Amino acid sequence: LHSLTEKIMKAFFLVSGLAIILFLGGILFTLLSNSIPALNEIGIGPFFAPDVWRPGAFGEPTYSINNFILGTFMVTFGALAFAVPLGIAAAAYLSEIASPWERELFKPIVEVLAGIPSVVLGFIGLVVLGPIIAKIFNLPNGINALNGAILVGIMALPTIITLAEDAITAVPKEYRHASLALGGTRWQTIWKVTVPAAFSGITAASMLGMGRAIGETMTVLMVTGNMIARPSSFFDSVRTLSANIAIDIGDVAYQSIHFHAIFFVGLVLFMITFVVNLLADILINRNPEVNK
Amino acid sequence: MNQKRWLTVLGFVLLVSMLLVAGCGQQAAPDASTDAPEEDTAEETQEAVSIMIAGSDSEVNLVTRMAEEYMKVNPNVSIAVTGGGSGVGITALIDGTIDIANSSRPMKDEEMEALKTNSGLDTCAVRFAVDGVAVVVNENNPVTSLTVDQIGAIYRGEITNWSEVGGEDLAITLYGRQSTSGTYVFFMEKVVQADYSPEMRNMPGTSDIVESVTGDAGGIGYAAIGYATKEGIKALEVAADASSEAFTPVVLENVTSGDYPLTRPLYQYSAGEPSEALLDFYLYEVSEAGQAIVLEEGFYPITAADIDFNKAALE
Repeated sequence: LHSLTEKIMKAFFLVSGLAIILFLGGILFTLLSNSIPALNEIGIGPFFAPDVWRPGAFGEPTYSINNFILGTFMVTFGALAFAVPLGIAAAAYLSEIASPWERELFKPIVEVLAGIPSVVLGFIGLVVLGPIIAKIFNLPNGINALNGAILVGIMALPTIITLAEDAITAVPKEYRHASLALGGTRWQTIWKVTVPAAFSGITAASMLGMGRAIGETMTVLMVTGNMIARPSSFFDSVRTLSANIAIDIGDVAYQSIHFHAIFFVGLVLFMITFVVNLLADILINRNPEVNK
Repeated sequence: MNQKRWLTVLGFVLLVSMLLVAGCGQQAAPDASTDAPEEDTAEETQEAVSIMIAGSDSEVNLVTRMAEEYMKVNPNVSIAVTGGGSGVGITALIDGTIDIANSSRPMKDEEMEALKTNSGLDTCAVRFAVDGVAVVVNENNPVTSLTVDQIGAIYRGEITNWSEVGGEDLAITLYGRQSTSGTYVFFMEKVVQADYSPEMRNMPGTSDIVESVTGDAGGIGYAAIGYATKEGIKALEVAADASSEAFTPVVLENVTSGDYPLTRPLYQYSAGEPSEALLDFYLYEVSEAGQAIVLEEGFYPITAADIDFNKAALE
């Protein structure tokens, strides 16, 4: 009987594993097959031409997404610029400094942070963070890339903290003992020994946080203003790829060129996140003895 | 390890049971709905009716309020109202997923054709309120009136500083809606008459525009009149051209008479001859009680011309 259960469970997990591959393949196939009509009609060049995205134009429709790619990277890297240092510091604190009860207190808080609905964060960005940014930088409004980057950074923090903490905790005790035995202070041990030893895991944590940030839609949609022009700085309004999909999908005529063009935008977004996740995966596997 | 495995199994069992419950819920629903109205004797129609409405963000508050009041009198009817933009509503109507599409712009010919091809039904249109699209600025902005041409130039990006239209030396920030919005389309065709400036912020909802202009001294936005009387913003007086008088949309007569240049009717669309339930709801909206709600929500009652227009659908 025991071996039967074993077999059934084995088959079940195999099917689950295969289903994931099937879903991924299905998504990629849908994106590709639905993008092709747009590529046939428009060609790939106009998507990246120095122009704007204007499918419902008064005159000729244009479909350039280069400003949105720039916008996506601005929000994403802006988010990482503060979420990564903060996340690593928090992770080092949790695994190296915090006493057990502090850890018990902070870990659930980090998890709660991950559970805040993005629309709530977006609203906070619009009515609280926006005016603060406007005031600090003396701008007419806080509807800009910086606002989106800060909020997305907050959303990526839990991912980065949790994974980076795992990586730091996994550094063998001997490393720390050796450093302390040589007369290193605690700070030197964390900064010069433990964190560098967990480097590949921390990088992977950041990359996965980035994957989270790139696709974030609702928050960004609410606070970045979504203008179609090329942004000139972080204080300018931007539109991200994901926001563009969300904005346009609502009223697009089924099977129109515009409809297929949106799928192509989705394909580009998918490619970007795919590459990021792939890089993260390679980094996790590069240093296996530390990340066990 | 063993514990982890059991957690996975438990998770899977939970997921499956959730799916099963959801499935049962769908099957059980018709039974429940035939049971419920038995107790209700007020209406001649005993059957429970549900009406799905979606579309215009300008109309969503007004129609939600209408639906609430209507359901108080007709407890056997349940009406769900959601926003998303006129384009979203019309697309959903064409796809057959809703009963009524709220739209702050007239349905386009190709959209009516699409409905005809999809369902074989003609479009039924009702005008249930009048709106004056307000051009709103921050309450501290000294500018009080503009012409349609000036507003168009501002939104085309040709005028970028308030000093060019008699205001302070302050850069203009453009706030507008997204292409799903009926107001976006109305404003583009009636005022901008070209593409919007690429610098325009595309906000997801009317209240986001109002919120932004409240905080932006140089901001300009447009909003249905029901949103334009909020604190922190003011609705500009608008003149049809340089030689005409400017009118404010916050006065009923200016809008219903058509003196205010950005006057428009608010529509509801459904497919084919309206069912008894839809007809009854339409008639409630254009009744005295319905029109009183229109006024309370900051919009304006329909005019004789609109009543004429509605005859095709309601008689």
